[in-house]
Amino acid sequence: MFRNTYDSDNTVFSPQGRLHQVEYALEAVKQGSAAVGLRSKTHAILLALKRSTGELASYQQKMHRIDDHVGIAIAGLTSDARVLSNFMRQQAMSSRMVFNRPVPVNRLVSAIADKAQVNTQEYGRRPYGVGFLVVGQDKTGPHLYEFSPSGNSYEYYAMSIGARSQSAKTYLEKHYESFADCSLEELIKHGLHSLRETLQQDKELTINNTSIGIVGPASVHEKNVSAEGNFRILEGEEIEVYLKSMTPKDTGEAPAAAAAPAEEDATAPPAAPIVDEDVQMAD
Amino acid sequence: MFPLTRADSFAQRNDDAFDAYGTYPLHQRAPHKDVFAEGVQHTQQPIVTGTSVLAIQYKDGIMMTADTLASYGSLARFKDVSRLHPVGTSTIVGASGDLSDFQYLQSRLDQLVTDEFTHADAHDLGPAEVHEFLSRVLYGRRSKMDPLWNSVLVGGFRDGKRFLGYVDLLGTTYSAPSIATGYGAYIAIPILREAVDGRQDKLSESDAKAILHDCMRVLFYRDARSIDKYQLATVTADGVHVSDAQPLDTSWGFAEGIRGYGAQTQ
Amino acid sequence: MTSIGTGYDLSASTYSPDGRIFQVEYANKAVENSGTAIGLRVKDGVVLAVEKLIHSKLLVSESNRRIQTIDKHVGLATAGLLADGRHLSNRARDEAASYREHYRSAPTLQFLVDRVGLYVQAYTLYSSVRPFGCSTILGAVDETGPALFIVEPSGVSYGYHGAAVGKGRQLAKTELEKLKFSELSLREAVMEAARIIYLVHDDAKEKDFELEMTWVGSETNGVHLPVPQDLFNEAARKAKEALENFE
Repeated sequence: MFRNTYDSDNTVFSPQGRLHQVEYALEAVKQGSAAVGLRSKTHAILLALKRSTGELASYQQKMHRIDDHVGIAIAGLTSDARVLSNFMRQQAMSSRMVFNRPVPVNRLVSAIADKAQVNTQEYGRRPYGVGFLVVGQDKTGPHLYEFSPSGNSYEYYAMSIGARSQSAKTYLEKHYESFADCSLEELIKHGLHSLRETLQQDKELTINNTSIGIVGPASVHEKNVSAEGNFRILEGEEIEVYLKSMTPKDTGEAPAAAAAPAEEDATAPPAAPIVDEDVQMAD
Repeated sequence: MFPLTRADSFAQRNDDAFDAYGTYPLHQRAPHKDVFAEGVQHTQQPIVTGTSVLAIQYKDGIMMTADTLASYGSLARFKDVSRLHPVGTSTIVGASGDLSDFQYLQSRLDQLVTDEFTHADAHDLGPAEVHEFLSRVLYGRRSKMDPLWNSVLVGGFRDGKRFLGYVDLLGTTYSAPSIATGYGAYIAIPILREAVDGRQDKLSESDAKAILHDCMRVLFYRDARSIDKYQLATVTADGVHVSDAQPLDTSWGFAEGIRGYGAQTQ
Repeated sequence: MTSIGTGYDLSASTYSPDGRIFQVEYANKAVENSGTAIGLRVKDGVVLAVEKLIHSKLLVSESNRRIQTIDKHVGLATAGLLADGRHLSNRARDEAASYREHYRSAPTLQFLVDRVGLYVQAYTLYSSVRPFGCSTILGAVDETGPALFIVEPSGVSYGYHGAAVGKGRQLAKTELEKLKFSELSLREAVMEAARIIYLVHDDAKEKDFELEMTWVGSETNGVHLPVPQDLFNEAARKAKEALENFE
């Protein structure tokens, strides 16, 4: 029944010192649709690909506002994400109530990482099956963090999580050195280009399947953004202008087509191919 | 296959964030069933007390002062107690009222500073945050009908901005360019408002010192729970500095003519 | 390995017939796979240094610290599962705070190490938890002077003049044994720490790494702080030079 002797629960180390249950939880993150985050000197942004189960269904929410200065994008089990994001909101509110201070972003991320660690060490629990990209700004500027079910959190210049995120990462690694001095519009364009890399071949980014989350001053296309540049999520018509700004993808691309299947081998050990719906707990 | 012995404490772990005010979930607050409740007495008066604390804003930051007496009722019980407490690198807290309650607050604040330091992340608490924290603690305790019997001043200087705030045993807060607690609220405030309010940006350090010194002398003449020894604290861009205790210059020559004090002349 | 497949290695609450607890040994494996961490205790302070392996070039450099501060005067470096290390450092902070609450004074490192050791040991007793997959180096200057300890996944702790855990610990120990700890100044210890970390890093096998160093002692007024940038740069530069001469 089990793939090996040491993967049945999270209180067992393998002889190599690995935790297989935790590693499987990381796989759950890869089942979710992709999310990308980037940071410049002035902004931190998120981009995410939303899935819909069919013509009659709406698209799954991929981004959440935690507080005025923090937002997240998720990949993996949506219901686990709700638990963790509620916790983050509580932490943020508590900081505002007790100290009249927006919670420092790094501490917020560490708080959920510490919470996730416990679930990797005690019997009768399972690790969370969701990964976050967290953007926020505080007195040390804009930040981008990744949180993962292993209980680790890291700060990045740019990062991607979720299905086929390796392709996005490849794009980001190629361009990240230029991000620091990007304008918001350029940063979003880079974000969309990298998010596009995660798409299946016949798909493209549309105003329906794409979300953009931003902290930092308003772009030229935005209205009604607070002076502090609070976190906001752009969806629908609002993002059309950014989608149009994208450089069209080469249609005769041989390299991209070759890269896609190879990538699937690496990230999709489960027999089921990646289907066009988000992973649900009830399944 | 994997037997579970849950007699250990791990089963009872609760790793949710500490919810200091019991805000969640609101509808499930545990029923209060304390059979001794009627026998429990809460604080109804301060015991060992400190008198007024004065603080003003001036050009470079804020200045705060308090004398060094701890009274036990009308007895001058301890004559060398500091009531000015630095918090971190940009805040000073001064308290009048019950001194054991203030010592409790000091330890809470020290713990807070240590916590912030151990995060090692360039975020720390400034005067506004410390003031908010104290107001939550004091208001929380008064809401349990068990107040911490203090009037507290919080002053500081951070990111080029002065801060001066007040919070008392009821959790009442306000900010002003000059604030005094206790007897000073009656005796010193008129002098301070005259000398300080509206002129904060012009007052030099020596001006500020002179104003507070004058007020402390007036208070010593009038306040029977005061002593002629006080400390001065300044918070500026250079950080927090608390002086050693210094004596007040007073003259009692005029008292010779007062009946009941000097030689009886009748 | 004789442990595999016997069934005696599936739980921390099970002894093997020859009296071993394999789950604890496996936890040590997690430590052995991670970047090296070292500590040096000299006459006027303690230096901690880690070889922070960089798993992606997208990481923000000098963020994502691996050496934690436990109390004003106490530093902690871990090797092994990073998240477990954070769990332990949170526990150590709670212990330090609790000591201060009770005694209104700074805890000695011996006290903290004893308490953390007890906590770690408790995770080797039950099938309902797994042991900590990290070894922890704690360093401090307290009322007894400079102090340096390692707490292992088994819960056992020892004091050291020079401590090393993680992948490169054997080579690091060899280097540490050459030093005269009673004669080194804190600044010299910083130089040695940087040199050893650069030395044990295996360029051929490993990803990139970043050196991270903290210190506590006379130079820091008894406060645990990152090594200042200019001294850090000097140490890193000398370490690279030494490496070229070494090879």
